[in-house]
Amino acid sequence: MSKKKLALIATKGTLDWAYPPFILASTAAALDYEVQIFFTFYGLQLLKKDMNLKVSPLGNPGMPMPMGMDSWMPNIVTALPGMEAMMSSMMKSKMKSKGVASVAELRDLCLEAEVRLIACQMTVDLFDMQQSEFIDGIDYAGAATFFEFAGESDISLFI
Amino acid sequence: MSEYTEKFDATGLNCPLPILRSKKVLTKMNSGEVLYVISTDSGSVKDFDAFCKQTGNELLESTETDGKYHYYIKKS
Repeated sequence: MSKKKLALIATKGTLDWAYPPFILASTAAALDYEVQIFFTFYGLQLLKKDMNLKVSPLGNPGMPMPMGMDSWMPNIVTALPGMEAMMSSMMKSKMKSKGVASVAELRDLCLEAEVRLIACQMTVDLFDMQQSEFIDGIDYAGAATFFEFAGESDISLFI
Repeated sequence: MSEYTEKFDATGLNCPLPILRSKKVLTKMNSGEVLYVISTDSGSVKDFDAFCKQTGNELLESTETDGKYHYYIKKS
């Protein structure tokens, strides 16, 4: 029986949006899928050796905040210096206390399960990023490479 | 309480770690052996059922006692 295939495109580089691609990819791999993730634009942040991902309440009225702040605090306040760093560290400690895996842990599980990670060469060049900034074991390619795999995939998602 | 070959305590871990780590243990086991998993993640009830259906492993038992979930999985 040939393996099922999952093709993902990861385009976002924030802490919250780092989870969907890595959770889906690692779980699919555990279900014996062959998985490939194509990282483009801000999604490239998820391939950095030093991720330092952040989450911002700015312009995100759906983000639950401590003490119900999301319901009474004007959104403009979330633009104040230090808010993003504070919210990011609060989110990280909450995740830890709830037994949610870190992004780095999920990424390691993906690598271990032989999920193929591909960095979009065009956006790497666009942002003047160096290959030395990225983790080892990833490939650098373009849209045609994505379609080579996605074209024969059972599931294909853009995140 | 069934007999088991290996035990994995996933207490405190949240989705998708109970499944991912259990899969890792299963990989090292032989066909026919039974893995006993303990989890505190309520979402894992449906997830272990779905995991077993899709991977061909057999879910022998799935029970809850005092907020803990117990699974017995027979490796295919």
